[in-house]
Amino acid sequence: MMELIDYEVLKVIWWLLLGILLIGFALTDGFDMGAQMLLPAVGSSDKEREQVLATIKPVWEGNQVWFIVGGATFFAAWPMVYAAAFSGFYIAMFIVLAALIFRAVAFTFRGMSEDKNWRAFWDWSLFCGGFVPALIFGVAVGNVLQGVPFHLTPANLPVYEGSFFGLLNPFGLLAGLLSVTMIVLHGASWLAVKTDGDVQKRAREYGSRAGLVAALLFAIAGIWVWVGGINGYVIESGADPAGVANPHAKTVIIDSGAWMANFANRSWMWVAPIMGIAGLVGAALLIRGKSEVICLLSSGAGVAGVIATSGLAMFPFIMPSSTDPGSSLTVWDASSSHLTLGIMLVVAVIFIPIILIYTAWVYRVLRGKVNFKELLKGSGGY
Amino acid sequence: MNETVVELSRLQFALTAYYHFLFVPLTIGLAVLLGVMESVYVMTNRQIWKDMVKFWGLLFGINFAMGVATGITMEFQFGTNWAYFSHYVGDIFGAPLAIEGLMAFFLEATFIGLFFFGWDRLSKVGHLAVTWLMALGSNFSALWILIANGWMQNPVGAEFNAETMRMELTDFYEVIFNSVAQAKFVHTVSAGYVTGAMFVLSISAFYLVRGRHVAFAKRSMTVAASFGLASALSVVVLGDESGYIATEHQKMKIAAIEAEWETHPPPAGLSLIAFPDMEAKKNNFELKIPWLLGLMATRSINTEVPGIIDLVDDAKFRIRQGIDVYNALQRLRANPKDEVARAELKSGDKLLGYALLLKRFRNDVENATPEEIDKAAWLTVPNVPVLFWSFRIMVGLGLYFIALFALAFWFASRRELEQHKWFMHVVLWSLPLPWIASELGWTVAEYGRQPWVIEGVLPTFMGVSSVSVAQVSFSLAGFVIFYTALAVVDVWLMVKYIRLGPDKYLGHDTDLRARSAAAAE
Repeated sequence: MMELIDYEVLKVIWWLLLGILLIGFALTDGFDMGAQMLLPAVGSSDKEREQVLATIKPVWEGNQVWFIVGGATFFAAWPMVYAAAFSGFYIAMFIVLAALIFRAVAFTFRGMSEDKNWRAFWDWSLFCGGFVPALIFGVAVGNVLQGVPFHLTPANLPVYEGSFFGLLNPFGLLAGLLSVTMIVLHGASWLAVKTDGDVQKRAREYGSRAGLVAALLFAIAGIWVWVGGINGYVIESGADPAGVANPHAKTVIIDSGAWMANFANRSWMWVAPIMGIAGLVGAALLIRGKSEVICLLSSGAGVAGVIATSGLAMFPFIMPSSTDPGSSLTVWDASSSHLTLGIMLVVAVIFIPIILIYTAWVYRVLRGKVNFKELLKGSGGY
Repeated sequence: MNETVVELSRLQFALTAYYHFLFVPLTIGLAVLLGVMESVYVMTNRQIWKDMVKFWGLLFGINFAMGVATGITMEFQFGTNWAYFSHYVGDIFGAPLAIEGLMAFFLEATFIGLFFFGWDRLSKVGHLAVTWLMALGSNFSALWILIANGWMQNPVGAEFNAETMRMELTDFYEVIFNSVAQAKFVHTVSAGYVTGAMFVLSISAFYLVRGRHVAFAKRSMTVAASFGLASALSVVVLGDESGYIATEHQKMKIAAIEAEWETHPPPAGLSLIAFPDMEAKKNNFELKIPWLLGLMATRSINTEVPGIIDLVDDAKFRIRQGIDVYNALQRLRANPKDEVARAELKSGDKLLGYALLLKRFRNDVENATPEEIDKAAWLTVPNVPVLFWSFRIMVGLGLYFIALFALAFWFASRRELEQHKWFMHVVLWSLPLPWIASELGWTVAEYGRQPWVIEGVLPTFMGVSSVSVAQVSFSLAGFVIFYTALAVVDVWLMVKYIRLGPDKYLGHDTDLRARSAAAAE
């Protein structure tokens, strides 16, 4: 039954679905993380910080599942990418984990004591819980775009040859800053929708600046790639889109202009970078005005456009190898088997719409601004 | 392969998994108990039941945060520390994890926000639905995780693919309806219910001992006692089922649990007490009940329960055959058109894992010496004393829970709970026991599967990532420090709110309201 859809088509569908999951993570948990990063900047008193947190406390947990499911889906659909990326970026992953662990408990623990140092500690944890993952994921994408120093043994054990500090190269850091600023913009747009008063005013201010910086960084990154400042990769021969997942079967060459080739060959792909720039700039301008929801949609479009741009530029590469290009992992040779991809597609087609429906219902129930009056009333939980 | 990396990675996984499972069973059990309590509230409209949902919900929330925080580690650790495992079985193992996220964790995590913050925004029935959806999510979550774990114990529905050098799915239905997974799911979820029930029962007993929140505590105890009794019965009965299934698929695990070195004529006796000696390959002392093991493990009087020494001989035989299969794989890799080798690999792919055991001693397994084969075969014996005693303490605790909940249920139905002060003290001090039982259960399941990470398919030492000792030491030290700090905070907050009690937390006298409501009726 699962052979109804060609293996080749399934591989592309899963590439799309993983993109959607990652974008879903950036759009939902992104505004949580953005709001967390803005916490010290827009919340000058404890009450104001509570106001910020009250907008995300009821939803961050569900939003974070986009990330968890994203990770698990990498495992299920691209086991080799999951193995190579997570073990390769070992220290970076551990730092992200630590940040996420403290963030997860911070939401609950922060309000459980009135002590000033206690609250300051968890506020700081919340800031790091937004900043560190946003930075590191950005740095990781920046490094994947340049190729990651790893090779696969004949038995397919991924061996990373770089170091943690090797990740912190100029282009990687640029991507990291782009990620941080666009997530700050997205968080600020969320706060513009969900808060009022001074918090909202400050969020507009910081968001606008962050949005313009993000657009600028995105443009710089684009030019950097365009002038051939980083290496791209091209499959020379051997990768059979319908073939089994054997990364050793192909040869790959390094070509500094390669990441622009997809855009040259398929002009519709320009939609992504244009949406990225327009969304970021649009939100940076709109955030000062009255159309709060449109601004949030615009920042969401910006975030989605930026992420989609990097995915499209690399297609069909997922994780190119800089030291042994033949070991690069691509859509054609790093996926799960035909049967697994087929079953997982059925599961995704059933559950993603259901998830979207109940998530939308939850947001509807929680609609409206969180203001001081509401905070004083208390909301029943902790 | 670096032995130190293997040992450190195993230690890190064991510690983080044990730690994570301090929070999981309580989440599973309390979620359902909250659903039960809130159902009573919606049906009777009595405030005290809402008070119960809110106060137990607060403690649930503290625990849930820890569960989520430590659960992220579990999922990413497969990739960070067990990259070869991830590659080798990700085609099968990844799917239940992804489905867990899509089907269960999304549900649980999306609705937990409304559980806490939706009281004023939802109708009574609407909020009840939210609570049950959250509970449903946490239970489904356990289902898919145990399907994944069940596959590690009994890897059905998959075969080795020489081109991709990994196991690939052949039958998803077999993976889902794996008898091991199903038995484990019900056993584990029941254990969670026991944990939730004990938590509510013990803290309520604490209040009754102090004479505080009496109406609140008595009602909580009544719910916990009946729910706990049913769950404790289920956990033992289904644990027995789990053991029965293991005799089919994991004979070595059963032999080690029973410290059964020699195969005895059926029906075998059950050792109540034994002091197994791994070196001498015998027990230094044993107290046996005749017949019992044979009856329990095989449900017959004439089927043998094979002993460890015979199973090691069997493993030797499999390793030798496995070397042939491994050779066939090498020939096929050199020449993909070698149909003889392909056929040989296909017919023997269940034995390939046994050849991989030799990788511990040499890379060219085809040249293994008889001594190495002998050593590799003895590697298949897990740590007998640890399994023997873990299992016995777990079972003893399981039986104790039945007695405890039955007594609590008896006293609750006679409405004389608070008259038996001694019993309240027993209940209070029994609080840690379900956690001990759960962790011992996982010890039996996971430590008892060693040396395999996937039973018969992939030895644990082969599953690790290509990372350095320094990297794993760094993360392990980090986990130990962070987790210890969080444990201190978690316990401190739990104790703080338990001491504070429902009245102060909710801002009204729960007993008074219950009495005036009763008077009004």
